[in-house]
Amino acid sequence: MQATVKLYLAFRVGRFTTADVDLLDPATVDHLIQRLAIPGDSVGLIMVNGRQGERDTPLSDGDTVALFPVVGGG
Amino acid sequence: MSDLRAFLAERAIDGRVAWTDQVAAMDAFGLSCAEAERAILDAALLPARYQRNQAMLTTGQQRQLFDSVVAVAGLGGLGGYIIEELARLGVGSLVAIDPDVFVEHNLNRQLLSAPSSLGISKVDQAVARVAGINPAVTVRGVRATLTEYNARDVLTGATVVADALDSAAARLDLAAACRVLDLPFVHGAIGGWYGNVTTVWPGDSTLDRLYPDGTGGRGIESDLGNPSFTPAIVGSLQVAEICKVLLGIGEPLRQRILSVDLFHMEVHQIRLE
Repeated sequence: MQATVKLYLAFRVGRFTTADVDLLDPATVDHLIQRLAIPGDSVGLIMVNGRQGERDTPLSDGDTVALFPVVGGG
Repeated sequence: MSDLRAFLAERAIDGRVAWTDQVAAMDAFGLSCAEAERAILDAALLPARYQRNQAMLTTGQQRQLFDSVVAVAGLGGLGGYIIEELARLGVGSLVAIDPDVFVEHNLNRQLLSAPSSLGISKVDQAVARVAGINPAVTVRGVRATLTEYNARDVLTGATVVADALDSAAARLDLAAACRVLDLPFVHGAIGGWYGNVTTVWPGDSTLDRLYPDGTGGRGIESDLGNPSFTPAIVGSLQVAEICKVLLGIGEPLRQRILSVDLFHMEVHQIRLE
């Protein structure tokens, strides 16, 4: 299966802005994060098909996932 | 008091009272700067310093801002700009909260810091800065970390809270306190070229979306640091939000996150359900 992934802010640097990513079925957002080698604790907001997602949200072929890093400094 | 009104009305030009006349009223009637400002606004006149606010805000709204209390949690990169802009906007009372003193690595971005302020508490510097730029504004300094134990004492009486803290855990504590105290807060967070802004009303779970692990540290800031410009932009966005929340105008970022990417120069809006 394939998901369209949109990365935001610092996640883009050294990766990509938008890409189609192949995943083994069944897959969750967490599998995708591991596939992209993004440290899990750096992931903040997750959107799946424009709706709020969680790390354990199941993914289907053709889903669009947006990942935003945690931003916490002041 | 009618003497005071007559004094002000006599000196007002186009509905505005010049600073020198505000000082003259303080001297003639034994008033503090805040009391003189209140008297001017009560008379439906405007302190002339706010003339450039006038196309955006009515005198009644300026009075509303003067009657407002904004608590600023954290006086670092964001908090320094927020304090400065709220004071210049004319918010009458500020609560400035931070446990720290200025250190050298603050100097690249923190507006209230200077070589002469190294080792001086951020709270004391905020009080001094506001007294210098708008002495009609009252600042209550709280040199402490905001915790679940002191939040009620520190935040009660505030109209809105600015979240200018520097860790996910502290921000989630603030969100919990604001929920209990039924206070809206305006969240700002920065790291490197990036920042987020959102406005949270009691009952909204926006911060749980931004910090799903709950225990995270400073997020990407620990890797990316913070330059001079990111806190200025994000802090200013927070003040625009605070202004709207205080006056009940415009479209605040409720259930919306504004994500600012200054590296790729893009601004994203994420709508939450």
